[in-house]
Parts: sequence; structure tokens; C-alpha cells
Amino acid sequence: MKKHLRSLACLALASMPALAFASGAIEGDVKQQATNWHAIIMFLAFVLLTMGVTYWASRRTRSAADFYTAGGGITGFQNGLAIAGDYMSAASFLGISAMVFDKGYDGLIYSMGFLVGWPVILFLVAERLRNLGKYTFADVASYRLQQTPVRSFAATSTLVVVAIYLIAQMVGAGKLIQLLFGLPYTYAVLLVGVLMVCYVLFGGMLATTWVQIIKAVLLLCGATFMALMVLSSVGFSPELMFEKAVAAHAKHAAIMAPGKADPVDSISLGLALMFGTAGLPHILMRFFTVADAKEARKSVFFATGFIGYFYILTFIIGFGAIMLVLNQPGMMETITKDGKQVTQLIGGSNMAAIHLANAVGGDIFLGFISAVAFATILAVVAGLALSGASAVSHDLYASVIKKGKANEADEIRVSKITTVVLGVVAIVLGLVFEKQNIAFMVGLAFSIAASANFPVLFLSMFWKGLTTRGAVIGGFIGLLSAVILIVVGPAVWVDVMKHKTALFPYKNPALFSMTLAFVTTWLFSVLDTSRQAEEEKSKFDAQFVRAMTGIGASGASKH
Amino acid sequence: MNEDVLKQVQSNPKFQELVQKKTSLGWTLTVVMLVIYYGFIMVLAFSPATLGTPLGAGTTMTVGIPVGILIILSAFVLTGIYVNKANGEFDQLNREIVEETKQ
Repeated sequence: MKKHLRSLACLALASMPALAFASGAIEGDVKQQATNWHAIIMFLAFVLLTMGVTYWASRRTRSAADFYTAGGGITGFQNGLAIAGDYMSAASFLGISAMVFDKGYDGLIYSMGFLVGWPVILFLVAERLRNLGKYTFADVASYRLQQTPVRSFAATSTLVVVAIYLIAQMVGAGKLIQLLFGLPYTYAVLLVGVLMVCYVLFGGMLATTWVQIIKAVLLLCGATFMALMVLSSVGFSPELMFEKAVAAHAKHAAIMAPGKADPVDSISLGLALMFGTAGLPHILMRFFTVADAKEARKSVFFATGFIGYFYILTFIIGFGAIMLVLNQPGMMETITKDGKQVTQLIGGSNMAAIHLANAVGGDIFLGFISAVAFATILAVVAGLALSGASAVSHDLYASVIKKGKANEADEIRVSKITTVVLGVVAIVLGLVFEKQNIAFMVGLAFSIAASANFPVLFLSMFWKGLTTRGAVIGGFIGLLSAVILIVVGPAVWVDVMKHKTALFPYKNPALFSMTLAFVTTWLFSVLDTSRQAEEEKSKFDAQFVRAMTGIGASGASKH
Repeated sequence: MNEDVLKQVQSNPKFQELVQKKTSLGWTLTVVMLVIYYGFIMVLAFSPATLGTPLGAGTTMTVGIPVGILIILSAFVLTGIYVNKANGEFDQLNREIVEETKQ
């Protein structure tokens, strides 16, 4: 059992950071590579294009609805691409192909975990969310509850998730720029921070969505080309590809089978991935950018298709890298790691997809893929910044401080100020955390989203008995327990704080913290016999009718 | 939404039908997805060798590869089933409810 746990811990350790960025790239020192001009020029072209889009968007962004939700004018297909873009991060692309490159089959397992949350979001959450909400998920959670406490809770947990996710992206960007462009860490952090603020400040949700769509299309095209080149090199016979990979890989046939995993941690990870997605504020806000429930459904359908297709591509790319890059002359380096000589891919396994790009498409294509991999971080942080800004301006300022009586111009001004502040904070944190091991952070963000946001959001839509007291206490307990269990678990207690053994044995707390959140939310709701609680319960029927039919829903569309 | 509209919608048999159909399809498909995924996780946890069995004598490809691809496809197909039903039949019902409520 112990052995199981250890191997699982390794597996989980390798898997979580892959969500946001290439796993190894953020652990320890990264050696700056030679300056890659092709990549830099293509990246600048991307920046110019997206700045053009931002300028176009800025002329169409006037009202608060424009700023937060692009006026509800995004189609289901476009939104599906944008959602897929949020998912196809540098992480999934470099991280999952690296995982396939290192371990073979296990890489596929993790892509599945990320994907299967989407159908469930569609069946249970997506259209209710669209019918009930306007700008933020707190609109839905606080629909029939007390505005001040519920929105304060939702804004707090949104900001915590956004901050953690931003740090992870910033540090990941800093490490990647050294590897991909051969430029210093600080450049990346400043560049990402400044561009993120520009997109959001001037172009609002419209620019943020289109930056994500452009990146998603570029990445899908690039990955498709790579997968086709890999398959054509084996005459489109997967069997031949697997044979060659097994022959080349040090683990041989083991790459065709799953490694060992502990059931509790696997289930916990699965829960965090599945329900974390349904609680991530920057993902949830995308459901408000479409006209109605019908388009919201279509968004998820297209997103699931694109994400699934993309993961199959990364699987082929990972095997292609084993076949075409591993142990090839000019691709490997020998470094000293923990006092031992290790032969690895130049720049580490996370560079597998990048080296493969070189192998199948030469310098120019290498530059293209590097530029797209970096652009991906920009697109993700812009979404994060916007969701943090709307939590502050829409939930805290307009609803809590001004009690719903803020004028629209002021509300937009507050969200723009917040965007700038978030940009500065992100840059500072990016610089402060440069030397820290932050591999656990994306896992933490998913666990918090699954343990704090999701239970409250879910119960507010599905359970009549939910009261303000239950939602706020249960939500905060979920948030705190997720944070505490990660801190005393192996990821922080052992790996960061260097204690010998962890106080909490599992790397993924979601199974425990999410259950705790559900139980306490239920308990404190049931115990709440106040008159206010009765009123809140009595409003459920009207909420239910609107959630089901969309009667009275905010029709944000101007098209 | 005022009380009248609420009562009107709630007492509309089409609303009952919509709720019943939408809820049961949503939960059925959710359960199907959960069973597929957690079934896979259970096999992974308790019998990983099963997935590592070669597809046939002398082949390198293992059972796990098509199973993995099928799970990814199943996610897409299940969403397709729901969207097809909801954007067609359910939305039609929904439109009728909205129209009848206006009168």
C-alpha cells in the first residue's frame, strides 16, 4: 500500500502542474537557451494581431454588459473555441505531451480527467447558469440569498483562485520564455502583465474572448500538422508508431500500460478535475457571453469536441516525440541533477513537443509552435484578470458596497482600476515567486474551486433548503479545508517546507474538502430556522422556473 | 417574475413535462458519464494489468488505447445527444410555455 501511495504521489505530482504549464519547467532552475528569433518574431506578430483585435473591440465596448460579457454576442461555436482555448493551455500542450513522452499511457489518463467534467457541466449546470446569471457566478449563487454575505464569499474565493492561478501562470511564463525564446525571466513577467492589462482594460470580454479564439485556432492547426507528420512518418499505421516508440523508450512495453495508482488519491484527483472546472470563475463567466441557453449548450458541445480532439493529438505528439526525438543526435543533453549525471531532452521533457516541431517542420515551424505556446499564457491570464476584476467591481463594489445602486460608468471604472491593480500584483508576485516551487498551485486552485465555489453554486440551483448561513459557512469551510489540507499534505509540507512526512497523506484533498463543504452547507442550512431562511426557501420556485425556462433571464444579446 | 406568471407556468402541464424530461435526461447522462469514467478509474486502481493487455498476439497496441480513445469519444457523443434533444424537443416545449404564459 505504501509503495502504491508513493508511486501515486509521483504520478499526481507530475500531473497537477501539467494543468497550467509544463511541469518540469517550473521546478528548479531552468537554463536559458539561445535566443530564438523565429519564435520571437512570430510571437510579436501574434501580439500585433491581438492588439489590432483589442483596438477593434475597444470601439464596441461601451456598457458594463459589453465589458463583462461582450454584450452576449458571442456565438456557441466561438464560445466553444474560447472555452477550449482556456483548457488548451501551455500546460496541456507541453505538459501532457511531456507526460506521454515520459510515461506513455498515463498521459492519456490525465487528459481524460480534464475532459469528462465538461459533459457533466452541460447536463447539470450550463443552461441554468445562463438563465440565472448576468456577469458572474455569484449572480447565480446569491440569486435568492442575502447579497452582501454571499457575494462577499464568492468574491473572496474568486480572488483567491484567480491570484493562485495567476502566480502559477506568471512563473510558468517566466520559465517558458527562457526555454522557448532564450530571453530572461523578468521580460516574460513584465510582458505578460502589461499585455494582460491592455487586452482587458481596452477590449474587455470581447478582446479577451477573441484572443483566446485566435490562439485556440493556431494551436489546433499547429498540433494537427504535427500529428499528421508523425502519422505520415509511419505510413498512418498506429501499430507501427507504437512498435517504434516501445523500441526507443527506456521503459519499453511499460509505456503501453497504466502505472500504479492509489484509489483514494485517483478518485480525489478525478473529483477535483471534474468539479473544479465547474467552479472556476474564469470558466463560468464564459457562459454569460452567449445569447441564451441554446447557445450555452452548443458552447459546451463544441468545447468538448475541440478539447477531446486536442488531447488525442497530444497523445500522438507524445508518442511521435518518443519515436522521432528521443535519443536523436542534437536533441539530448547531459546535466547534473542532485549530484547525478542525467541524460535528458535539451531543456527537459516539457520541450518534447517543441523539439518534435523542429523535427517535423524545421526552424520556422519550431518558431511558430514556441510562439503559440507562449501566447497561450497571455490568453489565459487575460481571462483570469477579467474574472477577478468583475468579482471586485460587480460583486463587491456594485452589490456589497453600493447595495446595487452603483451607476454603470462607476462600476466599469472600478473594474478597470482593479484590472490595473491585478496586473501590478501579478507582476510583483511573479517576481517574488521566481525561485519557489509552485507546482502545487494549479492543483490548489482546482481543489478550492471544487470545494468552495462548486458546492454553493450547485446547491443554490438544486436544493430548495439552501440558506445564506449555510452557503457562507459551508463555502468558507470548503475554501479553508482545501487550503489547509494542501498545506499539510505532501505537496507543501514535504516538498516545499521540507518536513519528513506529511500530516495529511493525500496530495488531492478534494474528496475530503468537497464532502466537508457539502455536509456543512447542508447542516447549517437545516439548522437555520430564521424567518429570513424561510423567505429564501420560498423564493426557490421562482428561481427554478427561470432556471428551467429562461423566463426573465437577462437577455444580454444586442444582435 | 410576478406571482401570476409563476403560478401560470407552474400549473402548465407542458412545464411539468419539460422539467421531467430535461431533469431525467440530464441526470441519466450524468450517471452514464460518471459510470464510464469512474469505472475506468476503478479498473486503473485495482486491475491496471487489464488495460495493459495486448490487443492480439504479437501486437504492441494494448486494450487501454482504444478504451481511452472511446472514453474521449463518449464524452463528445453524450454531449451531442443532450444538445440535440435540448435544442430541438426541449426548446420547442420551452417556446410553447413562454408563448402560453404571455397570453
